[in-house]
Amino acid sequence: MGLNIDVAYVAELARIALTAEETKLFQAQLESIVGYVNKISTLNLEGVQPTMHGQVSTNFFREDVVRPSLSRSQALANAPMRTESEFKLPKIVEDS
Amino acid sequence: MEDIALLTVAATLRGLKNREFSSVELSQALLNCIDAKDGQLQAYLKVDADYILKQAATADQRRAAGDDAPLLGLPIALKDVINVKGEGCSCASRMMEGYRSPFDATVAAKLRAAGVVFAGRTNMDEFAMGSSTESSAFQVTRNPHNLECVPGGSSGGSAAAVAGGEAIAALGTDTGGSIRQPASFCGCVGLKPSYGRVSRHGVAAYASSLDQVGPLTKSVEDAAILLRELAGYDPNDGTTLDIAVPDYASQLTGNMQGVRIGLPREYFIEGSDPEVTAAVLSAVEACRAAGAEIVDLSLPHTEYAIAVYYILANAEASANLARFDGVRYGHQTAAPGSVYDLYANSRAEGFGAEVKRRIILGTYVLSSGYYDAYYGKAQRARTLIREDYTRAFESCDVMMTPVAPTAAYKIGAATQDLLKIYLGDVFTVPASLAGICGISLPCGSTTDGLPIGLQVLGPAFGESRILSVAHAYEKIRDGR
Amino acid sequence: MSKYLITIGLETHVHLKTCTKMFCGCSTEFGSEPNTNVCPVCLGYPGALPVMNREAVKQCVIAGLMLGCEINHISTFDRKNYFYPDMSKNYQTTQQELPLCVGGGVTIDTPAGARLIRIHHIHQEEDAGKIIHYARHSGVDFNRCGMPLMEIVSEPDLTSPDEAMAYLHNLRQILVYAGVSECNLEEGNMRSDVNISVRPEGQAELGTRVEIKNMNTFKGIHAALKYEIERQLYVVRSGGRLVQETRRWESELGETQPMRTKENAHDYRYFPEPDLVPVVLSKDTVEEWRSALPELPAARRERMVREYNIPEYDAGVLADEKPNADFFEAAAAICGEAKILSNWFMTDVMCLISESGLTIEQCALTPGALAGLISLVTQGVINGPTAKELLPELFRQGGDPTALVESRGLAQVSDCGALQSYVDEVFAAHGRSVADFLAGKKAAAGFLTGQVMKLSQGKADPKVVNQMIAKKFAELS
Repeated sequence: MGLNIDVAYVAELARIALTAEETKLFQAQLESIVGYVNKISTLNLEGVQPTMHGQVSTNFFREDVVRPSLSRSQALANAPMRTESEFKLPKIVEDS
Repeated sequence: MEDIALLTVAATLRGLKNREFSSVELSQALLNCIDAKDGQLQAYLKVDADYILKQAATADQRRAAGDDAPLLGLPIALKDVINVKGEGCSCASRMMEGYRSPFDATVAAKLRAAGVVFAGRTNMDEFAMGSSTESSAFQVTRNPHNLECVPGGSSGGSAAAVAGGEAIAALGTDTGGSIRQPASFCGCVGLKPSYGRVSRHGVAAYASSLDQVGPLTKSVEDAAILLRELAGYDPNDGTTLDIAVPDYASQLTGNMQGVRIGLPREYFIEGSDPEVTAAVLSAVEACRAAGAEIVDLSLPHTEYAIAVYYILANAEASANLARFDGVRYGHQTAAPGSVYDLYANSRAEGFGAEVKRRIILGTYVLSSGYYDAYYGKAQRARTLIREDYTRAFESCDVMMTPVAPTAAYKIGAATQDLLKIYLGDVFTVPASLAGICGISLPCGSTTDGLPIGLQVLGPAFGESRILSVAHAYEKIRDGR
Repeated sequence: MSKYLITIGLETHVHLKTCTKMFCGCSTEFGSEPNTNVCPVCLGYPGALPVMNREAVKQCVIAGLMLGCEINHISTFDRKNYFYPDMSKNYQTTQQELPLCVGGGVTIDTPAGARLIRIHHIHQEEDAGKIIHYARHSGVDFNRCGMPLMEIVSEPDLTSPDEAMAYLHNLRQILVYAGVSECNLEEGNMRSDVNISVRPEGQAELGTRVEIKNMNTFKGIHAALKYEIERQLYVVRSGGRLVQETRRWESELGETQPMRTKENAHDYRYFPEPDLVPVVLSKDTVEEWRSALPELPAARRERMVREYNIPEYDAGVLADEKPNADFFEAAAAICGEAKILSNWFMTDVMCLISESGLTIEQCALTPGALAGLISLVTQGVINGPTAKELLPELFRQGGDPTALVESRGLAQVSDCGALQSYVDEVFAAHGRSVADFLAGKKAAAGFLTGQVMKLSQGKADPKVVNQMIAKKFAELS
């Protein structure tokens, strides 16, 4: 198929840890799917505008008026790790 | 009270209004049905009897106090992707086990205002990614017409509950056919509104530019009744349009005379099950006999729709599902050593294979060096598909097509060949890409006794039209 | 040693002055308790959708108009995908393809004359939350997440740290004048990423670019640029090779250090935000906003010279900070004595501002009070020294100067009868000085005036006293 998808790289971008077997399986499956979706490369798309939205409208705004926020306990209620006031994380050492 | 299995929304509302039964009685009867049947069907992820009966009691009190809300006391099942304040919303994923929503989706708020009783959370493909409900992390829902078969997906739980007599009606979501196809597989009615007709706010997103919420019901009239309550402009969803919502049910004339029905050539192809094609064509013939005019037409870019859909939907999904990282809510891996591990392991443990596959595909098509070849091209190809429909609707009022190339298939049968499963969406995906509306309703069954669905497509915001035609066909079909 | 050219470009993130966040109704109030200005939208809950703040868009466009940008007729929003715990959705909603504003620039003064530093574009985006580092864990506060920002991207037109300072100073001034941001550096209202490269003179293409991220003080930016330029020059002059990288300014060490970034950190996978429809700004709308634009700092300086007849120097000092100029103009409208007011403001008031660390808006002094105080002096009700004693009190505690003068009996004694008796008393008590004066020692008059002032407890008008003493001598001689 001439496709060579670097599944490990993409999975890292997507922050999904894959086992070696998963990587291999996804590699094959993705190459088959990407091989199929490649059929759009045969279309002549010159001068065709992209469709970016499900419908065509513009200018949907909200006025700058404060609405009630969640209470802090509500905001933190679903967090698996939290302190009294914050979402808790492992100590961040990396920069990015 | 009629058998719950046969009870329509219209009949329920009449019964409640005329005090033939109370919402509590009705809800209790419904709970009994679920108790009796759901062990086999596995349509529901969660049924909280106390919660349902409490809402029903409130509805009865409201009615006693003179409240006349349009859907007062009507139990409706919700696909487990719609946020209801204080309730779970698992998206059929391990990722969202234990989650409690702090807010109401707009559709939930509207139904609540209309007096609905939220009657249980239905199973689905994990994060609505799938066509058979087999990718649910929790259970396999069975087709009420044949327990060996899938109910379709991703709104398979909603379709099975309605068709299997475990719900009066249900809500589903449709991104590339996820309402219409399970409705077809289970033999009920499923309406996918036009993009922008119903608010998506509070409905966990799969593909934002395609997702729509819609009803799964036992009749076209029911779909019309529910759509009126669901539809409309939402200040919390910038993609809804400010277009008046008609009283759809009052516009169901039952008249087929002079209706121009388009038959897109590309939907009647060799790859389909001949029984399916035959059933749809005989439905079309019945409409013609009742006065409709049949228009042969072409939607030339149909063959690209699946490719375009899988690129765009999964690209959007890769971003929409990035928020599930185990920090603010959702599954978190045990003792993560770093933030990277927290993310990568929580997501590896929380998501099932199909979700991972689609996120990775979506990430790939957007990644550096591939955007133009895939995403950029797919966006343009989407324009061509949309223009096909715009042109076609100049010569017809609605189109009639099959919903899927086959009837329901066996559980486990197709999980091996992904591409084949993806191609099964070929008749529903194009309308999603075009943002138009479509309804699926039963038009026969296979020799194996499995339902076959007829899809009626209409232009964007042409819901009145497809409901009216579908209703007229329903009358012809039922000899009414 | 061969000569090197320095190229600097800035990406400046500025908080807009809205009441609510970019895409939800949560308050933008600074200093709230952690995670109290949050909702399903800015916490990135499943299904929560963004809805654009009209005012934020308007403010970004107004900033663009003030900076001479073209306003795009159609602009769109995009998702910038990256995982980081301060960004709840793990993508940032920003503008990549079609930003609100393009072009424009900021004029700076350089030793070689005025120069336009061009702006590439201004786009709108949302801010991230705040990560707090503890000994054993980190915490996240999402109050800031989703606050409206505009990012002003300059062309690489700057050639020195001083020019970068001038650019930032003038940019900040214009944005404050535009009324679109407080540009409060302490609150992180204005943060910059800088790009720096060096190349040998004569080389056309730019050198290897280094980015220093997220600095929020002008002093820090200046120091970082200075350090980084020296570092780069040292590397290239000693035959080394620079690597394209992102560095961080370590203010305590006084050096930049490379940030460890993942190799894929910049694969942002931008794509159009499907939840936000395009913004279309009609020509009429843009022109309507343009016609209502506030004055630019340069225009204000010119007008102040013209209108108040004050020196250019004064106008420059007063207009440097918009609130000062606003205060001055408000006070001038009341008391009319613009030049006297300007002197008072530039010396006494600004001295109090710098001593107290308060701004003119934060202190208790009102334009009416300062105008009143000056009027009391010019009308001869109180003398200058009394006014100078009152000012710090008005600055810190506020109050009405006329009422203060009255209640404390600070008004000058100009009752000639009372004064005459003081003069007579002094002449009687200090015969020696009177004699000295009459003998030609004119300085003795000063001593006598001082004694009269003392008797009056400082409330006598020294001018009147002088006149009376002169008259008395005339009678004596």
